Amino acid sequence: MTFETLLPYLMAAIFAMAFPLVTGYLVLVERKILADFQARLGPMRVGPHGLLQPIADALKLILKEDTVPKDADKFLFYLAPLLSVVTAFGSFAVIPISATLRIADLNIGLLLISALAAVGVFGIILGGWSSNSNYSLLGALRGAAQLISYEVALGLSLVTVVMLSGTLSMQGIVEAQFNQRIWFLFGNYGLMLLSFFIFLIAAVAEVNRAPFDLPEAESEIVAGYHTEYSGFRWALYMLAEYTNIFIICAVAATVFFGGWLRPFANIEWLAYPMDAIFPAALLFLSAWGCARMKLFPFTALLGISGLVFLIPAVATALSAPFWFFLKVSAVFYVLIWFRASWPRLRYDQLMDLGWKRLIPLALGALLANAIIGML
Amino acid sequence: MTNHLETSEMLLNMGPQHPSTHGVLRLVLKLDGERVKAVECVIGYLHRGVEKIGENRTYMQFAPYVDRMDYISAVSNGLGYCLAVEQLIGAEAPPRAQIVRVLFAELNRIASHLLWLGTSALDLGAMTALFYTMREREEVLKIFENYCGARLTTHAFRIGGLQYELHDTFEAETRAFSEMFKKRLDEYEKLLTKNPIWVERLKGVGILTAEECKSYAVSGPMLRAAGVNWDLRKAQPYSGYEQFDFEIPVLHGADSYDRYRIRIEEMRQSLRIIDQALERIPSGAIMAKVPKVLKPAPGEVYVSIEAPKGELGYYIVSDGSLHPYRLRVRPPSFVNLASLEKMAVGALVADVVAIIGTIDIVLGEVDR
Amino acid sequence: MPTTYSELYFPVLVQVLFAAVVAASLIGAGLFFGKRNRNSAKDSPYESGMKPVGSARERFSVKFYLVAMLFILFDIEAVFLYPWAVVYRELGIFGFIEMVLFMILVLSGFYFVWKKGALDWTLNPQRKAKDS
Repeated sequence: MTFETLLPYLMAAIFAMAFPLVTGYLVLVERKILADFQARLGPMRVGPHGLLQPIADALKLILKEDTVPKDADKFLFYLAPLLSVVTAFGSFAVIPISATLRIADLNIGLLLISALAAVGVFGIILGGWSSNSNYSLLGALRGAAQLISYEVALGLSLVTVVMLSGTLSMQGIVEAQFNQRIWFLFGNYGLMLLSFFIFLIAAVAEVNRAPFDLPEAESEIVAGYHTEYSGFRWALYMLAEYTNIFIICAVAATVFFGGWLRPFANIEWLAYPMDAIFPAALLFLSAWGCARMKLFPFTALLGISGLVFLIPAVATALSAPFWFFLKVSAVFYVLIWFRASWPRLRYDQLMDLGWKRLIPLALGALLANAIIGML
Repeated sequence: MTNHLETSEMLLNMGPQHPSTHGVLRLVLKLDGERVKAVECVIGYLHRGVEKIGENRTYMQFAPYVDRMDYISAVSNGLGYCLAVEQLIGAEAPPRAQIVRVLFAELNRIASHLLWLGTSALDLGAMTALFYTMREREEVLKIFENYCGARLTTHAFRIGGLQYELHDTFEAETRAFSEMFKKRLDEYEKLLTKNPIWVERLKGVGILTAEECKSYAVSGPMLRAAGVNWDLRKAQPYSGYEQFDFEIPVLHGADSYDRYRIRIEEMRQSLRIIDQALERIPSGAIMAKVPKVLKPAPGEVYVSIEAPKGELGYYIVSDGSLHPYRLRVRPPSFVNLASLEKMAVGALVADVVAIIGTIDIVLGEVDR
Repeated sequence: MPTTYSELYFPVLVQVLFAAVVAASLIGAGLFFGKRNRNSAKDSPYESGMKPVGSARERFSVKFYLVAMLFILFDIEAVFLYPWAVVYRELGIFGFIEMVLFMILVLSGFYFVWKKGALDWTLNPQRKAKDS
C-alpha cells in the first residue's frame, strides 16, 4: 500500500467528515454575502462576526426533537434524506482538485454526476410523499417536475463540452483545456458562452436554488418537501442541498473554467506570478480585511499563509487546489447574487422556460457547436 | 390533451399559520394539481370587537383604539376618526393642524406602501426588496417617534387638532427623507419594475376589471389600477387636500403588476404633497375649541378618507350621550379582500400568494 | 494505477459508504441527544395550524405525467449524444450528418408534441381585462 493508492480513500474520508462542517460555513458565507446585498450585517452574535454560528446551529439541531408525523411511511421517511445525502456525496468522487488530488478518475465522470443528480431527486420525492402532508406532497411534485424539465437542457449543454474535450472524464476535460490552450467557456469562437449560459440556468434549477427554489418555496408551500422534517434529519437535506450546490459549482469550474488550471496555464513565465504572487496577494488582502474587522488571529493566519505561498515549492504544490476553490467560490457567489436579485418563478413558467426555451436553445447551441467544430 | 385518469381534488388549508397570508388569514383552497378550483376565505382570528368597544368608551377614549385596526397606517385611521367626530360636534381643526395632518397622513401612506412592497416582494421570492423598503420605512417611523414618541400606533392627532406642537427638527428630517426617498424609489424600480421574472409573475395575474371592482366596492390602488379615477383626496377633499397640486395615477391593466406600479407612483405623488406642505405650514393654533367633555347632539355622520389601502370610512351614530350609540368602520382591507375569490379561482397556488400580496390587506383591519 | 473497472469504481463506493455512515451517525446523534416529547398535535402533519382534511395519499392530479414520458425520450436522446460527442472529431462528416439526421427526427417529434399542446401548462389561462 503506497500513499498514492491510499490517497483516494483518505480524501473520501476527509470529504465525508468535513463536509457537514463545510456546509455549515457555506451557509454562513451565503448569509453574510446575502446580508451584504441587502444592506445588513448577517449573523453577528455567535463568535466574532458570527464565525461560530454554524457550530451553534449544529449543536441546536442535534438537541432538537426528531419528529415523525403519524401516518407517515416510516421506512421511506427515514430513507429519503439519507438518499439525498449519499447521492450528493457520490458526485464528489469524480471531481478533480488537482492533477493528483481526486478520488476516482472515471472515464464517464460527467455522466456519473448527472446520473447521481437524477437519483438524488428521489430523496426529495420520497421525503415529500412519505410525510403524508399536503405541503410536502406539493413540494415533492414540484421537485419532480423541475428535475424533468432541466435535466435534458443540462445534459445537452454538457454534450458541447464533451465534443470539445473528446472525453467524459473530468480529469480529461481539464487536460483537454490545457492542451487546447483555452478555457472551454471561450471555446468554439465564443459559441460555448451560450452553452455555459444554458448550463448555468439549468444547474441552478437542478439544485433548487433561487429563482428556481420552487420545491421549498416558503411563501407558497411553507417549506415544501421537508416541511415535516426536524432536527438532524432536516439538516441532512440542507447538507445534501449545499453539497449539490458545491458540486454544480465545481462542475462549472471544471468544464468551463479550466478546473484546477491556473489562468494562462500554457504561458510559462506566468507560472510564478499566477501560482504564488496572485494567491499571496489575495491572502494578504483578506488578512487586511480581517484586520479591519478586528479578527487579528485570522490576519496572522492569512498573512502567514500568504508568505508561505511565496515559497516556490509550496506554490507549485498548492496552486491547483487554490485556483480550483477560487473558481468554485466565484460561481457560488454568482448563485447567491441570483438569489438576492430575482423573484421566484411560477411553476408553469418554470416548465415553459425549461421546455420551450432552454431545450430548443440547447439543441441549437449543440448543432452550432458541432458545425463550428467540424470546420 | 386531456387528463383521462380520475384524480381527486386536494383540500389545502393555507393559513392561519402560513408565511404569506399576512397574519392570520385562512384560505381553504380546493386544488386540482396546483390550480385553484375554489377558495374559501375564513377570517376572524384577530377579531377584537373594536366597534363594540367603541360603544363603551367616550369619544376621546376611543381614539387610540382605531390605531390598532390598520396598524400599518395608524395615522390614517386616527385622521379618519378625528374628522368624523369633528363633523359630529361641528368643530374644525385650525389650518396649521390640517396641514400637519396631511403631512403625517402622506408620510404614513409612504410607510404603508413600503411595507406592502417589501412583504409582497418577499412573497414572490424577491427577498432583497424587503430590507431596502424596511430601511426607508424606518426613517418615516423615526419622524413619528420624534413627534409623538410612538412609532406604530402613533395616536398622533386629537379631536379638534393636534396634541403636540411639531418638534423642532421635523422640517429638516422630513426634507431629508423626501430628498433621500426620491432616489431610493428609483432604486426599487431598477430592482423590480423591469425585472423579467417580476413582470412575468404579476402581469395578467389577479385581474379584476373596473366593473367587477365597482360591484365588489373595491377602493384604493386596486380600483385605480383598473382604470377608475377615484381618489377621495380629489373626489371629496378633506383636511385641505384641495390646496395641493398632485395627480392621481390611473392605469388600465387591472392586474397585479399595475397595482404595483400604482403604489410606486402614489409614493411619488405623496412626496410631492409633502414637499408642498412643508413650504406652507402656517403658524397659529393647533387645537380648535373643543369642549373637555364631548357630548354631541343626537345625529349620525359618515366620514371617509383615502387611506393607503382604500376608502376608510367611519359611521358614527350619537344618541346625545357620552358614548357613541353605534360606531361602524368601513375597512378597506375587508372590502377589498372579498374580491379574492373572483381573482384566485383558476389561478395557481403561487398566484394566490401574489394576489393576496397585491390586495394589500392587514388582518387587524379585516377582523377589527 | 488501477486497471480494472472494479478497482476504478471502488473509491466511489467507499465515498458513498463514508457518506452513508456519516449521515447515519449524525441522525443517531440527533436521536440520542434530542429530547422526546410526543403528543398527537405534534405528530399530525403541518397544515397551517389546522387539522388536515383528508389524506395526502389520494390520487393527485399531476399535470406533467405526459411530460415525464417526453422527458424519458429526450433524456435518452441526450445520452445517445454523449458517445457521439466523444468521438465526433474522428467520425468526421459522416458521423456529423448521421447525428444531424437523428436530431432532425427528434426535433420534429419535439415540434409535434409542442404543437399538440403537451407542453402547455396554462390550460385555462387567466382572464384578460375586458374594459381596458
